[in-house]
Amino acid sequence: MTFDVAAVRRQFPILSKIIDGQPVHYLDNGASALTPMAVLDAVNHYETTSRSNVLRGVHRLAERATEAYEGARARVGAFLGVPATEIVFTGGCTAAINLVAYSYGSLLRPGDRILLSELEHHSNIVPWQLLRSRSGIELDTLPVTIDGRIDLDALPRLIKPETKLISLAHISNVTGALLDVRAVVDAARTVDAKVMLDGAQRAPHGPLDLPSLGVDFYVFAGHKAYGPNGIGVLWAKPELLDAMPPFHGGGSMIGRVTFAETTWAPAPRRFEAGTPPIGPAIGLGAACDWMQSLDWPSAHAHEMALVQRLMDGLQQIDGTKIFGPASLQGRYPVVSFVLEGVHPHDIAQTLDSFGVAVRAGHHCAQPLMDRFDLDGTTRVSMAPYNDNTDIDALLVGVAHAARTLR
Amino acid sequence: MSDQLYQDQIVALAKARTGAGKLTSPTKSARRDNPLCGDRVTIEVALDGEGRIVEFAHQVRGCLLCQASASALASVVVGRDASGVAAVRHDAEQAVGREAGEPGEPFSAFAPVAAHKSRQECVMLPFEALKDALS
Repeated sequence: MTFDVAAVRRQFPILSKIIDGQPVHYLDNGASALTPMAVLDAVNHYETTSRSNVLRGVHRLAERATEAYEGARARVGAFLGVPATEIVFTGGCTAAINLVAYSYGSLLRPGDRILLSELEHHSNIVPWQLLRSRSGIELDTLPVTIDGRIDLDALPRLIKPETKLISLAHISNVTGALLDVRAVVDAARTVDAKVMLDGAQRAPHGPLDLPSLGVDFYVFAGHKAYGPNGIGVLWAKPELLDAMPPFHGGGSMIGRVTFAETTWAPAPRRFEAGTPPIGPAIGLGAACDWMQSLDWPSAHAHEMALVQRLMDGLQQIDGTKIFGPASLQGRYPVVSFVLEGVHPHDIAQTLDSFGVAVRAGHHCAQPLMDRFDLDGTTRVSMAPYNDNTDIDALLVGVAHAARTLR
Repeated sequence: MSDQLYQDQIVALAKARTGAGKLTSPTKSARRDNPLCGDRVTIEVALDGEGRIVEFAHQVRGCLLCQASASALASVVVGRDASGVAAVRHDAEQAVGREAGEPGEPFSAFAPVAAHKSRQECVMLPFEALKDALS
């Protein structure tokens, strides 16, 4: 089946722009994806026809806003294969992890353990360190293999009776490696530990069926999944949401407030104190609909063909080395590489002069960089709207950097 | 745009690696990290009794701009005291457009960095480390 990338590209207005005389070769999707017109239109529709607060107003704009906001929750739920009532809107993926670290974390006791890995994003490390400081829990870390995967062979050694939660990246934001979720869930069940996945890099690559994954918590960011900034998602099993105390207090999350005692609203509202990011949530709902509209088997095959083209091209440039899985198996279109003798920032800066946007540096994964004694990497992260011209422009730029900067 | 950034003078300064390495017996040292990009600079100095720098060395784990800046700094800093170091810093600040005025050599090479706000910290990181070392 062929994938009509040109038709997809036409839906993203920024891709047809010429900026400072250069076309836009956007390969920094792992940091933030672009937004299609469908998302921009949805946000604009809310702002121009329904702008008001949600949940409490009785006027018609409030009714429309509430309907759109709760409709977005249903769209996100459909994207993840779960009921809308299990979807909590947050300010972002980091905010969602912090919510779990605070609320679920408050149920843990000194001596309980949480298992992470060496390749986690700082947002899946630091909230747990803060919890450790507050509550006396312990952290363990799974090592990473030489090809940038979480070393699941170490699971039996590192899962202990005290392990209450395993929190891992579904896809590494540095190496693109896909986690073997089944192996993690099976291991977790041996000690009745919960499993949380950081889906920031997975959600942008198609709908999920969370019940079949068997995990307990899932989080992702709207802006990496073609949605607006300032919105993220936490999904958790309903019995966990019911057991967790609130994270933030304020309006909307209460049952009844008196100075003597306050009761909490049921989930998901219990975790959405104050006025939520209404427009961004509506935009994310539209982004989930947009993702649902794609033929993902074809889109994924297209993305992975780009990965192969990139890997083949990089191998032709002397001194390049891929940091991550060398094959297309068990990986997604996030590719990190180093070029001997040239710092990643200088590669990224050179690529900018060719109209190519990538990310360079530690990718908020300093422990992983330390593990492999790397200053950083240059990361190419792709989306369905990328095409061969993007990869070819990048390869020309990397070859130029190799010629001129060392 | 970026090609102008990596002009020959800057590349030459980075490749010269002037002052790169360690001192056998530094009087003071300091390390600075740029938390945004992960660049890391360690500066070692040996001072005489009047606070003048008699030996200077740097270790840079960072980009070409950071390496070039450390190299440029090493080429002019020996023999200077704190006020002399401050004058050199003004040259760098002027070069990257943070202060008005014409920068002295060799810092005029960094003039293209003025158009790249996100990279100015790369040039200033060795100066920050030196400031810490002398404080």
